[in-house]
Amino acid sequence: MQRIGVFVCHCGSNIAATVDVNKVKEMALFEPGVVHTEEYQYMCSEAGQAKVIDAIREKNLTGVVICSCSPRMHEATFRKAAERAGLNPYMIEIANIREHCSWIHKDIKEGTEKAVILMRAAVAKVNLNAPLKPGESRVTKRALVIGGGIAGIQTALDIAEAGYEVDIVEKTPSIGGKMSQLDKTFPTLDCSACILTPKMVEAAAHEKINIYTYSEVEKVSGFVGDFTVDIRKKARFVDMDKCTGCGACMEKCPSKKSLSEFNQGLSTRPAIYIPFAQAIPNVPVIDPEACIKLKTGKCGLCATVCQAKAIDYTQNDEIITEKYGAIVVATGFDTIKLDNYDEYAYSQSKDVITSLELERIMNAAGPTKGHLERLSDGKAPKEMVFIQCVGSRCSDNRGKSYCSKICCMYTAKHAMLIRDKYPDVNVTVFYIDVRTPGKNFDEFYRRAVEQYGVNYVKGQVGKVIPQPNGKLLVRGVDLLDNKQILKEADMVVLATAIEPSADVRKIATMLTASIDTNNFLTEAHAKLKPVESPTAGIFLSGVCQGPKDIPETVAQAGAAAVKAIGLLAKDKLLTNPCTAHSDTLFCNGCSSCANVCPYGAISYENKEVNDHGIREVRRVAVVNNALCQGCGACTVTCPSGAMDLQGFSNRQIIAEVDAICR
Amino acid sequence: MSIENKEEFRPKIVAFCCNWCSYAGADLAGSSRLNYPADVKIIRVPCSCRVNPMFILRAFEKGADGVIMCGCHPGDCHYSTGNYYARRRMTLLFSMLDYIGVENGRTRVEWVSAAEGVKFSTTMNEFVEKIYSLGENVRLGDLRCKN
Repeated sequence: MQRIGVFVCHCGSNIAATVDVNKVKEMALFEPGVVHTEEYQYMCSEAGQAKVIDAIREKNLTGVVICSCSPRMHEATFRKAAERAGLNPYMIEIANIREHCSWIHKDIKEGTEKAVILMRAAVAKVNLNAPLKPGESRVTKRALVIGGGIAGIQTALDIAEAGYEVDIVEKTPSIGGKMSQLDKTFPTLDCSACILTPKMVEAAAHEKINIYTYSEVEKVSGFVGDFTVDIRKKARFVDMDKCTGCGACMEKCPSKKSLSEFNQGLSTRPAIYIPFAQAIPNVPVIDPEACIKLKTGKCGLCATVCQAKAIDYTQNDEIITEKYGAIVVATGFDTIKLDNYDEYAYSQSKDVITSLELERIMNAAGPTKGHLERLSDGKAPKEMVFIQCVGSRCSDNRGKSYCSKICCMYTAKHAMLIRDKYPDVNVTVFYIDVRTPGKNFDEFYRRAVEQYGVNYVKGQVGKVIPQPNGKLLVRGVDLLDNKQILKEADMVVLATAIEPSADVRKIATMLTASIDTNNFLTEAHAKLKPVESPTAGIFLSGVCQGPKDIPETVAQAGAAAVKAIGLLAKDKLLTNPCTAHSDTLFCNGCSSCANVCPYGAISYENKEVNDHGIREVRRVAVVNNALCQGCGACTVTCPSGAMDLQGFSNRQIIAEVDAICR
Repeated sequence: MSIENKEEFRPKIVAFCCNWCSYAGADLAGSSRLNYPADVKIIRVPCSCRVNPMFILRAFEKGADGVIMCGCHPGDCHYSTGNYYARRRMTLLFSMLDYIGVENGRTRVEWVSAAEGVKFSTTMNEFVEKIYSLGENVRLGDLRCKN
């Protein structure tokens, strides 16, 4: 028989307001095995833990139930406390009477009744707990960063500086990401390339960093400390070692009609191309969709002009398999498609553009060499209208419910830059709210209004109507003056919502990392673990976790790096002891369990079994505890009931069911 | 058991939640103060594939009026494939239970991610309402288990 202590936490008023904690404590004494009960204001505090430790020692407790917050919150805390008192940490069970009880029920009678039942279930379970001992697993001291934008680059640099090997996998031909497409950055108006390219060069030159561009993660297996990852290096058709980056191939390529991804499709590029001048690596790729040689077999001009003999039309995709201890996701974002927002006439007029397209237009290396001009006729605009929240803060299903966070600031930046360079251009911004939290952000926006005379109108635009004279009629509303506005504009810029990159769902599935309904990766705790995924060994960097500007992304990238370094610095990890275990006496060696095991943790051995005095050699299942992750699939599949899961055994779960239904 | 007790029927509902998605979703429902009836009691399991059909039969036998199982969305299982096994097992089990008279409304599988506190709460509200409309489970239940 166990000697169980039940400790009920008030959590200030978080629990005590809707649960009569004294009643829960009193009722606990009626439960089998309970020899000690206690309640306290904050069980997780130093004093609260001391109460648990003292009781374990003084009353020789063999099991402990803490009625408190979610085990996801403080299970580890109380396990450590038990260990300090000399009790096996797996003899602790938590009854979640906060998140699953006091916070959702308003009636104290109802809340108390439920809390008592949850306490009973935990006591019933702990009565059947057995001490468990975690195993150990090795840590591969190498990190993988998925995504080579500013988030990925910063994370990789920070991990590498701590002395660990890092691989960056980037799907496009160059690292740099969205930041490389930007012209200037708020709130200081630094040139984006000037602050990004040194970091790109530093990453490429770092002896601990290895960059796979034009590559994608294909398959991930393993677990924290020991991931095995297949990386698909897509065929570049150019030998990276031989190419000197001279650019002769790009000049001579006769197929020049492909739209430049880097310039958001506003200019063209050859079939063999380097996305932008500062690209890293400075090695072109051949677009197989556009290359005449790869499509028809005729041409081969680039190979003729290449003095380094780097062109190789026979190259195939290559799969590289590497082992990693930690994986950082830094897959970034895209702007949303505007198909659902036809009222803004984006598909009808070339002069309605997105903000990212405007970045390219304003950039000296962009499609218009940095001149602000209408894409339809090349004329300089006189009236510009910016529309905020296109697809953001959307209450219907057309767009995104969240705020994209960066648009207010980059629109203020665009407005300011235009007024600065072209003082005769009038700029009007239609907004729902101007949101400028951040260091020096509101000051920046005020400058746009007060110093640069940008006209801000509170209200949304209902329709943009292209006119026969080439102008755009903007029909909006001014909520402060309560009147309709009709404005003829030369260009309209849409602050388009951002969304996580399209392939993030695929990557999340491979990593078994949680993802939310908007495809942002979920953090382990919204406040306290913002850069960790709930899946151990997976860390989150940048916009893949939620909308962020560059300073925040860099800060989060550093934080993700620190967490990854913390993991890589360990030589060994303790493994979860809640693993499957087969009872050789019941096992008939049918192989059902091995068939469902996702980790290949089950094998078969011929073992001598003593079955009620009869000794015979039988083929029985054996679980490799280092590989078993404790999902329990095998326990349900096993037809003879030989397989059970430690810590979540059949008897334990049935005891909980019984206690709840009592 | 008195007649008065029977009039104010409070169902017993067991919810099996996987540790990685649904239990966290339930936690989020709690921290967001999204109300659902206290009749629902949650049992934490590592994965929905840990839920043995035996546990559900046991619950009904012991007087549960409804059993709901929640796991990660298909494709998002922490253990890659666990929820697929669970889905197949529950499809079979629920059709068998329906055949022997435990109506389909008393059993439910729902995928709730760690970010779906709202979905957890609305699912539980709907499920409890359904159980209220079905009333007490008499088919498999050992009535001696009812208070």
